Amino acid sequence: MIELKNISYVIRENGEEKHILDNITYKFKDNCLTAITGHNGSGKSTLTKLIMGIYRPTSGQILLDGKDMTNLSIDERARLGLNYAFQQPITFRGITIKELIDIASNEENSVPKACEYLSKVGLCAREYIDREFDKTLSGGEQKRIELALTLAKKGKVTIFDEPEAGIDLWSFDRLNEIFSKGLCYIVVSHQERLLSRADEIVVMDKGHIIKSGKPKEVLKDLTVAKCKRAGGGN
Amino acid sequence: MELDKISKNLLEKIANLHEIPNGAVSLRINGKGEFLRSTPHIEIVRKEDKPGINVYVHSTCVNEACHIPVIVNEDNFHDLVYNDFYIEPGAVVTIIAGCGVHSNSDSGHDGIHTFHIGENASVTYVENHLALGKGVNKTLNPTTIIKLESGASMTMNTTQISGVNYSNRITRASLKDNSSLNVVEKILTDRFDVAKTNFKVDLIGKNSRCNIVSRSVAKGESEQVFKSNLVGKNESFGHVECDGILLDNAHIDSVPMVSARNNLASLSHEAAIGKIAGEQITKLMTLGLTEKQAEDKIIEGFLK
Repeated sequence: MIELKNISYVIRENGEEKHILDNITYKFKDNCLTAITGHNGSGKSTLTKLIMGIYRPTSGQILLDGKDMTNLSIDERARLGLNYAFQQPITFRGITIKELIDIASNEENSVPKACEYLSKVGLCAREYIDREFDKTLSGGEQKRIELALTLAKKGKVTIFDEPEAGIDLWSFDRLNEIFSKGLCYIVVSHQERLLSRADEIVVMDKGHIIKSGKPKEVLKDLTVAKCKRAGGGN
Repeated sequence: MELDKISKNLLEKIANLHEIPNGAVSLRINGKGEFLRSTPHIEIVRKEDKPGINVYVHSTCVNEACHIPVIVNEDNFHDLVYNDFYIEPGAVVTIIAGCGVHSNSDSGHDGIHTFHIGENASVTYVENHLALGKGVNKTLNPTTIIKLESGASMTMNTTQISGVNYSNRITRASLKDNSSLNVVEKILTDRFDVAKTNFKVDLIGKNSRCNIVSRSVAKGESEQVFKSNLVGKNESFGHVECDGILLDNAHIDSVPMVSARNNLASLSHEAAIGKIAGEQITKLMTLGLTEKQAEDKIIEGFLK
């Protein structure tokens, strides 16, 4: 279980302090899909990046199964079972998709085994396995491969930053299948379909959690129009 | 022939060879031609007037390989060799060169290679350079002169793997009608290494084409200078691309130049130098690699 205790994140901008997150306390339950939603600039993506260690909090603690991991590096958290899928997948020159799958799964996979991960996200695996994960792939292909890497990584906790962004409806349905495998998922999203699929919803505004609970309770107050207005990440 | 441990290690690293390979071979160790073998399609002859070999690739040669590795493992020894390649029209050949230096003092190798490539012949030339040992002035200076006749093509893949303290790589090429030259150069420097590269390609013939890609990684306090000049003297196409990754306090200078001497010449260049993108390191770390492992993986991919 991921637990946030009094997490604040402050940056300096033009000589002034800007509070991106302010004293956040929350427990993400195991075997549960928690969706984080809110307006642009509300602090959703920043919060997930703090959990993964990409950013460090100004104050507060982040616990995994009761153990403080606030000062652990990204890779140390990854080895403890945290997994992160970026909103905009990061591409590489000269590194093949198979190599990335091997890194993610921490083992050298046979080609059929590596292909399984790609097939699960709807890619004709043999065509991709030896390709470089570079910008010659379309945005949709990159996104699917990013999802395949999370499958290969098999984390205890998987964080998705707007997984629905840039993917087609077919892939979106596959997302739902990925989420139905148990474990702990933390998903930044604006998509009503995804929010309604969540076990818990956390609503953020101006660096605070303003509401959390079951979709039925939270979505009552969170109209579809409001979700659409929320737009991209931060 | 039995090789010592150091020579075996160098041979493996520069040419991926564990023993003397089959086919046409010339093995040079510390300035001496130690092993030479010709085949019916590739004839290798020692020069009599100066150090080096002449390699005659006959028109009957189709997809045959010729290995010509050089090893220098003697301290304070500088090797100089002149190798000439005469590729007959229509021949298709792969030439695997490369030099490995192992020295605890100043040692090096200067190789002057001249390719005379006949009409419609095709050459793939692979050259790997590596230096090991404690010496701080291990040098490798390859000069490559390429003369491509009409319809001929050459693909040249050169790699300076590591440990070379100083290199000055000079390439001169002239291309006749419908001929093509593709070059991929990869260089890794570290500590106080200096690597200089200088290409000049004359696109003389109609529809001649040249594409040069240089990828370099400079670490430590090392310095790299990349210079190229594509000269379009006819209706021709030329492109040069230089990408560099800088780490630590290293320097890279890139001077890609194009010179059009004909208004139908289409020439372009691009250069990009910078550090490793932080987001790439972050992504690999989210997959479980340490920062150092992530950096090494990115460099490995970049130079692949």
